[in-house]
Amino acid sequence: MRLVAESLAGARGGEVLFSGLSFAVASGEALVITGPNGSGKSTLLRIIAGLLEKADGGIKLENSASGFDSLTSACHYLGHLNGMKPVLSVEENLRFWQSFNGPGDYSLVEALERVQLGDIGHLPFGYLSTGQKRRASIARLLVSERPVWLLDEPTAGLDKASEEQFAELMREHLAKDGIVIAATHLPLGLDGAQELVMGGE
Amino acid sequence: MLALFLRDIRLGLRAGGGVLVGILFFLAVIAVVPFGVGPDLKLLARIGAAMLWIGALLATLLGLDRLFQADRDDGSLDILIMASERHMLAVTVLIKCLAHWTTSVLPLVIASPLLGLFMNMEPAAIGATTLTLLVGTPAITLIGAVGAAVAVALPRGGLLVSVIILPLTIPVLIFGVSAAYGAVEDPAPFIAPFLILTAITLFFAVIGPFAAAAALKSSAD
Repeated sequence: MRLVAESLAGARGGEVLFSGLSFAVASGEALVITGPNGSGKSTLLRIIAGLLEKADGGIKLENSASGFDSLTSACHYLGHLNGMKPVLSVEENLRFWQSFNGPGDYSLVEALERVQLGDIGHLPFGYLSTGQKRRASIARLLVSERPVWLLDEPTAGLDKASEEQFAELMREHLAKDGIVIAATHLPLGLDGAQELVMGGE
Repeated sequence: MLALFLRDIRLGLRAGGGVLVGILFFLAVIAVVPFGVGPDLKLLARIGAAMLWIGALLATLLGLDRLFQADRDDGSLDILIMASERHMLAVTVLIKCLAHWTTSVLPLVIASPLLGLFMNMEPAAIGATTLTLLVGTPAITLIGAVGAAVAVALPRGGLLVSVIILPLTIPVLIFGVSAAYGAVEDPAPFIAPFLILTAITLFFAVIGPFAAAAALKSSAD
């Protein structure tokens, strides 16, 4: 499996943010996107996720695993927003995403254990702290299977221990021939990750 | 899909769901009509069906703008759109409309016989009005989904949604009220307008979700 982008261009509100961007990420590899604010990191991720139209160029997933025919259907997207309902409990939220997006390698209980939220799964999502909310939405990546993880500032709000835990989860995902594409300012603790610097001359 | 339906039902019933808002608005509209019109029982009975329909229409419009906006605000909408290959987006929209109708509009239909008593309506008229509301209100929700999808990116789109979809809901209102009258007033037909009302609902059950899905796809940014 290979994610290939060729001379990709992205625009926001008619203004071209980046163009001529080419990269290739194979199974088991990670791509870390860095760059100053406004350089188009989030736009690039949303284009890969299929949520925004690309301005030019092409992007595709080659030799994708069965069941993930298109790029969008193979992606997990973790954006700035968590995609959870504050009035539902953490477990209800995750159970919904699991049955909507299909099952994954982890059961609901295991996923909550992995992000150290095992004992507060019954609480409404709205009661959680910022870091706990982030961990709960990381658990969403675990309960459904997708080979490509698109992460936009995934560690925002996480403490040191949780960051390390999350790095461990990403390494595990890579070891299972997954792909991680993350836009971040902070080091994610992924060794041997490709780096894509945006907005740099 | 059942999971989405159940989630939206739960969200509707829990705090902030706005089930009560619609009913209270409906109640308020119908309760003030007799004061405004005056104690003419015959007149009240005659305009009863129309008032119930207008009240239900406005109460249905009330919560529609949140149909997709709540999902957009917390990022769920992105994930729902991304899943469109597994679950066709139009079907997702249809399920959301059904859940919204069940939590916000069905209570209005259930409350309408009681409010019909306020209007001094005969039992037959009350029955006919409730039946036409049951058949006709889904069309309003389905039309509203299109407006809600178009205005999803606007922070205060509530009134705009109502204005966009109000012209499209007029046929529903016309045939709903004429079917309700047809059931009690002798020369007027009941079956013909009732069937047209049913047809409108079925028509928008197909057109509405597709249009709303297209609007949602292009609104993502």
